[in-house]
Amino acid sequence: MAWTRDQMAQRAARELKDGFYVNLGIGIPTLVSNYIPNGISVQLQSENGMLGMGPFPYEGEEDPDLINAGKQTVTELPTTSYFDSAQSFGMVRGGHIDLSILGAMQVAENGDLANWMIPGRVVKGMGGAMDLVAGVKRVVVLMEHTAKDEPKLLHRCNLPLTGAGVVDMVITDLGVFQIDRAGSGMTLLELAPEVSLQEVRGKTEADYALGPGLG
Amino acid sequence: MNKTYPDAKAALAGLLHDGMTVMAGGFGLSGIPEKLIAELKASGVKNLTVISNNAGIDGAGLGLLLETRQIKKMISSYVGENKLFAELYLKGELELEFNPQGTLAERIRAGGAGVPAFFTKTGVGTLVAEGKEVRDFDGQTYVMERGLVADLAIVHAWKADTEGNLVFRKTARNFNPVMATAGRVTVAEVEHLVPAGQIDPDQIHTPGIFVQRIVHYDTYEKRIEQRTVRKRG
Repeated sequence: MAWTRDQMAQRAARELKDGFYVNLGIGIPTLVSNYIPNGISVQLQSENGMLGMGPFPYEGEEDPDLINAGKQTVTELPTTSYFDSAQSFGMVRGGHIDLSILGAMQVAENGDLANWMIPGRVVKGMGGAMDLVAGVKRVVVLMEHTAKDEPKLLHRCNLPLTGAGVVDMVITDLGVFQIDRAGSGMTLLELAPEVSLQEVRGKTEADYALGPGLG
Repeated sequence: MNKTYPDAKAALAGLLHDGMTVMAGGFGLSGIPEKLIAELKASGVKNLTVISNNAGIDGAGLGLLLETRQIKKMISSYVGENKLFAELYLKGELELEFNPQGTLAERIRAGGAGVPAFFTKTGVGTLVAEGKEVRDFDGQTYVMERGLVADLAIVHAWKADTEGNLVFRKTARNFNPVMATAGRVTVAEVEHLVPAGQIDPDQIHTPGIFVQRIVHYDTYEKRIEQRTVRKRG
């Protein structure tokens, strides 16, 4: 059984460590905040200018001056601070954020990431994604293993890149891969329950080694 | 020296010309200078280059200036919520320069601080770096980005005093403070205006030197783009 979106988010939440400052992207990564393990305290950064992002407000308490990077209304916490966009990306670019969890269209076995543009289609823009993958200490991609049965884990990305050699880990509905940015490539670390090695091989273009216990 | 003006029309009088470059604060619709954008529309000024993280949405924010075709070029990081924007762009009626959001913020910060260029890791090995100088520092590759300034910066602040000292509120701060530093002239619309001395000097986000004109309104539309709530448990 492949993981559901919530199970993928739950698996990604295991990458959080106590005291981490974390940026979560839009989509499945946002769900990670529902699965922060007990006993672990993390501060969520929203790149529009907030650290210590709280949950959605109760109805009637929405504040147009308090939104996250997805433009959704949110709330503040006792730990919250606000800052301008330049300082926000100073945090990102300066390597002060411990972990970025974001979605992707394609990831290559060398850690290249494409998630902002499909040529010839309507282009929305990269927002803060290029800054996050260039500056955050550790980058985890959370995505479906395939798109319309086409593999998304490739030898080389054929879409325009968001960053070159920037991804450290990929969590899909089928399993977990580690990528060594230093160049030793991709390794399959875990399989989702009842997912076979053959199924993963058949749905993956990228080359990868098998981690401990899988080979 | 009086920096306060009775309305947006007076606050922008004498500052507008066709073909000018305007920075507009805000992230999505949060913290946008909505009264000053409405006045840009009313003025009919055209062929604008607008530097703003987003382009508003259909019918709100900078979307209003797209409807009237007053914008020639946008410098932005994300324009995904705007159908008219996509339509004008695909028809070739609108120029677009995408900047990564952090690079955009830093280009504005640099421009306001008199720094003509800087090097960043963001965008190395991507389309963003094409045609730009790259250089290695301490074994890492960086791309050179240029500082940005504008003929006019329009910003929205929560509170101002008559000296032009500004305080922003929550995530409505976003690009407003950096843009205030990078306009040759900066005009701030504010929700509260108090006499100089009524804001604790330690709590001021933008010192008055960066703000030439202030206009105060009691009420603002402040539309919410994505209203999300949770159930009371």
